[in-house]
Amino acid sequence: MLIEVGHFALALALALSLVQAVMPVWAARSGDGALRAVATPAALGAFACILFSFGALTYAHATSDFSVLNVIENSHTTKPFIYKLSGVWGNHEGSMLLWVLILALFGALVAVARDSVPPTLRANTLAVQGLITFVFVLFIITTSNPFTRVNPAPAEGNDLNPLLQDFGLAVHPPLLYIGYVGFSITFAFAIAALIDGRIDAVWARAVRPWTLTAWSFLTLGIALGSYWAYYELGWGGWWFRDPVENASLMPWLAGTALLHSTVVMEKRDALKVWTVLLAILTFSLSLLGTFIVRSGVLTSVHTFATDPTRGVFILAILILFIGGSFTLFAWRAPMLRQGGIFAPISREGALVMNNLFLAAACATVFVGTLYPLLLEMLTAEKISVGPPFFNYTFIPLAIPLLLIVPFGQTLAWKRGDVHAATQRLFAALAVALVVGLAVLALTWGGPMMAPVGIGLGAYLVVGSVMEIVSRARGYGASRTRGAAAIWRRTVGLPRSAWGTALAHAGVGVVVLGIAAQGWATEGLKTLKPGESLASGPYVATLDRVGPRAGENYAETTAFLTVRNAGGDFVGTVETGKRFYPSRKMTVTESGLLTIGASQVYASLGEVLPEGAIGLRLYYKPLVLLIWLGAVVMALGGAVSLTDRRMRVGAPARARPKSLPSDMAAAE
Amino acid sequence: MTRKSRRLALIAACGAVLALALGLILSAMSGSIVFFRSPTEVASQVVTPGTRFRLGGLVKDGSLQRGPDQTVDFSVTDTNATVQVQYRGLLPDLFREGQGVVAEGTLQPGGVFRADTVLAKHDESYMPREVADALKAQGRWQEGKGMTVAPASQASESKASEAQPAPAADKTLGQRSER
Repeated sequence: MLIEVGHFALALALALSLVQAVMPVWAARSGDGALRAVATPAALGAFACILFSFGALTYAHATSDFSVLNVIENSHTTKPFIYKLSGVWGNHEGSMLLWVLILALFGALVAVARDSVPPTLRANTLAVQGLITFVFVLFIITTSNPFTRVNPAPAEGNDLNPLLQDFGLAVHPPLLYIGYVGFSITFAFAIAALIDGRIDAVWARAVRPWTLTAWSFLTLGIALGSYWAYYELGWGGWWFRDPVENASLMPWLAGTALLHSTVVMEKRDALKVWTVLLAILTFSLSLLGTFIVRSGVLTSVHTFATDPTRGVFILAILILFIGGSFTLFAWRAPMLRQGGIFAPISREGALVMNNLFLAAACATVFVGTLYPLLLEMLTAEKISVGPPFFNYTFIPLAIPLLLIVPFGQTLAWKRGDVHAATQRLFAALAVALVVGLAVLALTWGGPMMAPVGIGLGAYLVVGSVMEIVSRARGYGASRTRGAAAIWRRTVGLPRSAWGTALAHAGVGVVVLGIAAQGWATEGLKTLKPGESLASGPYVATLDRVGPRAGENYAETTAFLTVRNAGGDFVGTVETGKRFYPSRKMTVTESGLLTIGASQVYASLGEVLPEGAIGLRLYYKPLVLLIWLGAVVMALGGAVSLTDRRMRVGAPARARPKSLPSDMAAAE
Repeated sequence: MTRKSRRLALIAACGAVLALALGLILSAMSGSIVFFRSPTEVASQVVTPGTRFRLGGLVKDGSLQRGPDQTVDFSVTDTNATVQVQYRGLLPDLFREGQGVVAEGTLQPGGVFRADTVLAKHDESYMPREVADALKAQGRWQEGKGMTVAPASQASESKASEAQPAPAADKTLGQRSER
């Protein structure tokens, strides 16, 4: 019964989202304020319906209701409870339902947000959001219904793919979707502005919190996905440059550019048309990502069997939204009043360079991802574009971008002074040079790019710290040396300054982690109990191989002891082969030993009858920095979000240069 | 700086970055893409030895042999032609005789394919798309029905004919093994 009500609620959400999409547009023609106000309850109602629908499916999964096809295909009575819950979105239908749930959640948040958005802009934004919700709910109801019943119900389900029975599935898709779908709001705002034919700093201020939220979650989602792939796939790579990963990287690059261009628009009333274009592009790339993942048109390590009719439907959605929004853009963009043009050496000039390099990097990823598809359509020739392509194109674009980052922070708005900025960045440049050269000398004969990367990472981290330090000290005449005054200034710095510094430092930390992988080592050997395999500065000895029981699997585990080069005990690692009887499928579970930010990574191969095993042992120096850096970046986004200027509902301050309240209180 | 020269500087910067990106893409395209080849194509001498490519097909029944020090030998077939493959490393969990596989590496002068990467299926009811296409070209695979004749037909046929949509989360991870 609950399942049918859930299905009905989804149909109701379809109707409500149509109301949400149509009424504000109609009201704009007739000028009826009451009609326009219908969008708010419609958005809330659609969200409530989809939430109920999602709850019904979750209940079916939690109680293993095998009369529902979706539960049969993805669940099993012996499956641990947490995977019964995460299994709701561990399949196509459920993950699409999660997608629209987040879409409707964002719609509802825009509807109730008490910010200073003009009513027409809000209503139009809700209308666009309503249209997106409508189309995707229609997609679910017509091609991917999760509520299909089966009669008679089988006694047991097929279980979830064991690769997905992991904590990663519980957190990675929701975070990633909040990021992907969050950009639908900036898209809706952009389309609403185009409909209005008006765009200004108020628009930029309204959009910025949503962009920051989506960007922070997307950053976390990508990082978690990367870590999940790293430990689950057993070969120790942290990024495959696989189509599905590229699909999440592209909106991230475009979204990062958007984040920076809205700052320029808010502060300097410039880059308007470009910002609108970026907002459209970012969500278009999110939609493209959904298409790539859901249709299976591109061969990916993530590809599973897929249904072609769904691919056609999503392609139609893609054409509708991307084609429609670009047409609207071409038609209306010339009407937007152009902002001023500015000096190349200035904060906004640096932000333009940031946008240029991010857009170019995004374009290379785009070409590398879609070129194989195009070539196959045109010539029937099948190719794969692998890591060499992306390394060759992406890194040369990323390095100048990263070099600009601390300069951009230091330069003043309107007219910057490169000489003064360089002086202020002297510490960062010096530290980077010393660290890079020292590392190069210590690892002479090793990979050349790794010390360069370490120097670059150090430059970014120190540059961010120096930015906070120099702002706390003050510039020019207001420069002080008194500890109390510095403390007051530090505390009084706007949160957005802290957020920027944190996010940029996070980028530096990621770069450090990536660069250190140049020194990663791996060993491969057939081991009998008592024998050892070395990798980097560590040696693993096989103690024994034995069975170990799990809740819904049987595992053959290799128990290893890790010692350092001096023979001192460091820790133990266990890696195993898990056999899931429900699917008759074997999955390798890699073993990780964390030593500081570095890891020793063991992956079990064939277990031979005489008790010998195949073992691959990696040493991954500072590998955790890659994901920790991403967490720092997302944290920077969150801190920025708490800035007074950004707080939804906070009125714009009358005197922008007045002291922040906490600083005034301290005095 | 006048307004005109500022605009010029902006356009020049855009042009320079775009030219850089384009140049990088074009030069990377000529050097780093990898073609997909079936055993039939390899047998008909399309591939020059030493070029990197992806070889896809079925692992021939009874061809898997484990050597010392984690080396393995197996044959990849599309039922028309067969190529001998050498690999050193751990094979993916779903690597089976009679099942689909994609290997990446280079052809040695003696006709043996030396793989440094071996990819297998991602779940029990999935066949790598290139492999399915290559088999279709041989008339051995039908959409929705799976293998029609030959290797391990009972296994793949029963799996594919159940026609279940396989689980697919956004970021579901396939099997991969790489050296």
